[in-house]
Amino acid sequence: MESFAVFVPRLVPQKDYLAPGHRACIGCGEALALRLVMKALGRNVIVSNATGCMEIISSPFPTTSWRVPWIHTLFENAAAVASGIEAAQKIMNEKGSRTNMAKVVAMGGDGATLDIGIQALSGAWERGHDMLYVCFDNEAYMNTGIQRSSGTPFGAATTTSPAGKVSIGQSTWKKNMPSIAVAHDIPYVATACPSYPFDLMEKVNKAVATKGPSYLHVLSPCPTGWRHGGDLSVKMGRLAVETGVFPLYEVVNGKYKLTVDFPKLRPVTDYLTPQGRFRHLPKDEVERIQKGVIREYEKLKKKVEA
Amino acid sequence: MNKTAMTGMEGSLAMAEAVRLANVDVVAAYPITPQTHIVERLAEMVANGELNAAYIPVESEHSAMSACLGSSAAGARTFTATAGQGLELMHEVLYVASGLRLPIVMGVANRALSCPLSVWGDHSDVMSVRDTGWIQIFAENGQQAFDLTLCGFRIGENEKVLFPVMVHIDGFHVSHVVEPLYLLEQKQVDSFLPPFKHPFPLDPDNPVTVGAFAVPILYTEARKSMENALRSTRPFISYVFDEFAKLSGRQYKPVEHYRTEDADTLLLTMGSYSEIAMEAVDQLRDCGEKVGLIRIRLWRPFPFGELRQAVENCQTLVVLDRCISPAGPPGPVCSEVKAALYSQKKRPNVAGFIGGLGGRDLYVPEFIQMVERGRVIAAQGGEEIEMIGVRG
Repeated sequence: MESFAVFVPRLVPQKDYLAPGHRACIGCGEALALRLVMKALGRNVIVSNATGCMEIISSPFPTTSWRVPWIHTLFENAAAVASGIEAAQKIMNEKGSRTNMAKVVAMGGDGATLDIGIQALSGAWERGHDMLYVCFDNEAYMNTGIQRSSGTPFGAATTTSPAGKVSIGQSTWKKNMPSIAVAHDIPYVATACPSYPFDLMEKVNKAVATKGPSYLHVLSPCPTGWRHGGDLSVKMGRLAVETGVFPLYEVVNGKYKLTVDFPKLRPVTDYLTPQGRFRHLPKDEVERIQKGVIREYEKLKKKVEA
Repeated sequence: MNKTAMTGMEGSLAMAEAVRLANVDVVAAYPITPQTHIVERLAEMVANGELNAAYIPVESEHSAMSACLGSSAAGARTFTATAGQGLELMHEVLYVASGLRLPIVMGVANRALSCPLSVWGDHSDVMSVRDTGWIQIFAENGQQAFDLTLCGFRIGENEKVLFPVMVHIDGFHVSHVVEPLYLLEQKQVDSFLPPFKHPFPLDPDNPVTVGAFAVPILYTEARKSMENALRSTRPFISYVFDEFAKLSGRQYKPVEHYRTEDADTLLLTMGSYSEIAMEAVDQLRDCGEKVGLIRIRLWRPFPFGELRQAVENCQTLVVLDRCISPAGPPGPVCSEVKAALYSQKKRPNVAGFIGGLGGRDLYVPEFIQMVERGRVIAAQGGEEIEMIGVRG
């Protein structure tokens, strides 16, 4: 890692647009992901942020972590607010009352994106606004205290899908949001993870360079909700990818491509065991998850090969 | 004075025409009866190149108002329109528009609320958004829909104001009725309405954080400052009404009077039923009754002073509400009026009636009945809810 540090400053923009001093938990994978996204985006950007962890850690009045224009209004409407910004900027530019054309980026967590905000996001995609939407997916409503969302993986214990005598925790499989994005025929969709910073930033660059809507789904390890050590966040992200639980791929104009691939996937136990949210799982359920991961990965491979 | 000839036009289209003359930048809207004609007309104007604006056909009213937040925060002149359930779906977003001081103008074609489903007019939707912090103005006819929409942009966008504005038109009774009215020329509107300049738009050259959260030691102060700011818009609103009168010859006031001189009994209405109430007043005056009419034009900020002054010399005040406050005080307007008068040494007896729900028409005889019954109820200090024009 020491030699890596020599090259990083040359490969990554040094300027941060998410200032340090925010109030994220120790080891927050989402704050790391956001910081990398903002680095890649640069200064000429307007951010519309849904209510959630990243909003609440960065904007307690009268302080702010944001060095770019940023607006937060409600939970489910970040995409709709961004639609308004994008349309306003375009028409004002045409009418000559505003010259600057900033990139418009909306962002929210898995709850804001997969659950409560999916209608507003679907509407924005269908209308074809030139904007990037980033979902920082930490797989539950972490900001309100680890309640399950439709992004929570099968078997995970949360405060509203607790493991109990007659429950294995979350009883449903994670909603496949990237494929919902692809179904909207938008030109750029990708998955990413802050454990792969260069892959993440490259995808941000590609997404904003794309005309029309683009979607980035970022798995963001959450030590508080996943119940692992704060020093393991980057490792958890890598294990999610290496086990095939969260493959990294992009879909450019409908064409799937794996951006990180392995000759052989690691067993899911490598990923599940360090996390307290899966600790209760009996062997047969772990086996079920393993089968599910392989099945989904094979499906994805077929799309890549198609 | 405007010399243009009168034009026959539907109330909704008159409002759309005002929006066109205001050279609006962004319209984000979702269809709902009886508001649809406003945004259909705007979409048509954009499609024909008569209006250079972005029309965002959003997937819900929640997103309509949300897109308006983004548009207005980016510094664009922004309009939307809705009604009934649509206003309800926008509900939480409305507070954000006023809290962030974004001068969106919204036409509301007032409609009843489910259930039972009713697309027809009453004020149930308005009353549910009473405390959202918007400036709210009532129009009674197509002419006023046109005039007050223009006033709405001028009022809301002023740097001393910066509040969103609702212009209420009664569903169908104003939105769908064709009336003769005077329009204004583009150059007249341009002289009245300067371009919108947001003081802190979302702009990378001057980054601002909009919509930070407030902890308990700050929230109360934030709300107080917003409340003070909304109250202090009153003089400017009257100033704009006066400026508009210079331009058009049509003078609006926060509380308007009709034949109130020497009246012992006053009717009080908001919205289109005022015109029927005027007919009733005329008939009663012809019979020698000393009856007049008060119309609340400016619902928020509430015109306390003007209202108290308007009713100080009458004995009986009869208030019509087009909304029920179920198992509560008799009608939101009536209870607000009573609250406004409670501190007054000299105040009239007040009787409240509820009628005109879900598009039910009220005619002159009902208003005459309200005056007669109202005198009796008010003298008894009655608190009972009395409904007018209802069976059973």
